[in-house]
Amino acid sequence: MQISMTVNGSDVTSEIEPRVLLVHYIREVLGLTGTHWGCDTSNCGTCVVLMDGQPVKSCTVLAAMAAGHDIRTVEGLATGGTLDPVQQGFMEEHGLQCGFCTPGMMLTARALLDKNPHPDDAEIRQAISGQICRCTGYATIVRSVQWAAAHPAGPGLDDAPATGHSAGTGLDGTDTAVPDVAAEIEDTEVKA
Amino acid sequence: MQIPAPFDYVRATTVENALELLARYGPESRVVAGGHSLLPMMKLRLSRPEWLIDINDLYELDFILRDGNKLRVGALTRHTTLLESDEVAGLFPIVRDAERVIADPVVRNRGTIGGSLCQADPAEDLSTVCDVLGAEAVIRGPGGERILSMSEFHRGPYETAVGQDELLCEVRFGIRPRSGSAYEKVERRVGDWAVGAAGAAVTLTADGTVDDAAVGLTALGLDHPLAGAAAVLRGRHPDEELFAEAGRLAAEACNPVADQRGPVDYKRHLADELTQRVLRRACARAAQTQEG
Repeated sequence: MQISMTVNGSDVTSEIEPRVLLVHYIREVLGLTGTHWGCDTSNCGTCVVLMDGQPVKSCTVLAAMAAGHDIRTVEGLATGGTLDPVQQGFMEEHGLQCGFCTPGMMLTARALLDKNPHPDDAEIRQAISGQICRCTGYATIVRSVQWAAAHPAGPGLDDAPATGHSAGTGLDGTDTAVPDVAAEIEDTEVKA
Repeated sequence: MQIPAPFDYVRATTVENALELLARYGPESRVVAGGHSLLPMMKLRLSRPEWLIDINDLYELDFILRDGNKLRVGALTRHTTLLESDEVAGLFPIVRDAERVIADPVVRNRGTIGGSLCQADPAEDLSTVCDVLGAEAVIRGPGGERILSMSEFHRGPYETAVGQDELLCEVRFGIRPRSGSAYEKVERRVGDWAVGAAGAAVTLTADGTVDDAAVGLTALGLDHPLAGAAAVLRGRHPDEELFAEAGRLAAEACNPVADQRGPVDYKRHLADELTQRVLRRACARAAQTQEG
């Protein structure tokens, strides 16, 4: 089936199998590997992307269900070479160690700050409570988000469409081959 | 990598269209809304629909509307919307109590009240909430619309009265004066299934005695509201002695199973303690409410 959506401000159209999950579509078809693929069971939250501005777990959304919607990934956070304050905050306050949970954490933080520019620590912890970090104990993540809340300045954070470094022009309207997502599972029959 | 078995996907445009698609594709089709129960089941091949009918574009089912002495909630209303609704929290504080602890904030952005009720997981919080509030389920199908009580709607774990060619469209809650409600869950961590939970809804008379009451348990082996709760509570003044009596009744009536979340005696203790807590809070809230 053919799907179209907006990813980091660029229109994309692809031919996919209906069973392709959004996380795999983003990573393998669009090549945006900043969105991580973790537990596959909507527990860990490393696959979080923004769908129409709201954090969603992209391992539990079909790419087909995202068609027609506006998707923002970690590649879409920085604009014109300027880091989003959330990204800067994670640098300033050491919000990551291994970095696996970081893309999801930052997107949830971005959505939280868009809705509530001055959250308290409890609100930050609540917002990221569906996401797992095994390095930081969360303390530095909370401080990173507080840093971003205290430094909201930044040129056109949500204005300009972001074509992050790995998004590029190849995203724009390019039909991309469907990855063989079934290759790693036993049950590979494909519907006619 | 967990990927669902192959299926065909179609997006419904209206309720009528969804019903047509259900009729056309038959028993091997499934409706998907938030997808946070169905898609994991499809990944594990516990569910293998041939057709997936996506109803996320049915914005006509995404509403919270006060209509006389009823609050009408569309089946596609997301958990986040329910959690954040001050109108819902004012009328039925149990809903906000429960929504705070349903899954996690990101999952709540997708999950819907209709999906939760139709999934009918024994650990599903909104089933208990709707039970104790005496909600009605509005179901549409080829034969038109029918309205069921929750006891008619719930057939058991993972089973409801919604037919294969039908769609749950709306949940209606009766608004009653001098009423209060509360919910409390014990879970090991955010997003985990409940170890146990309890919900209560209470209506008081003008002199402060209990006029009507319902108690329900989640994940503790009690499918329907606690039988006899209203009979025990009605006509009496809400006090600690009464809450303790109701707690004992709940502990005796429940039928929990031992699993990795705890042994039976602990879960019975939860049924007792949580019943007391939610009744205490529901009665306090009812006493504060002047009218519905």
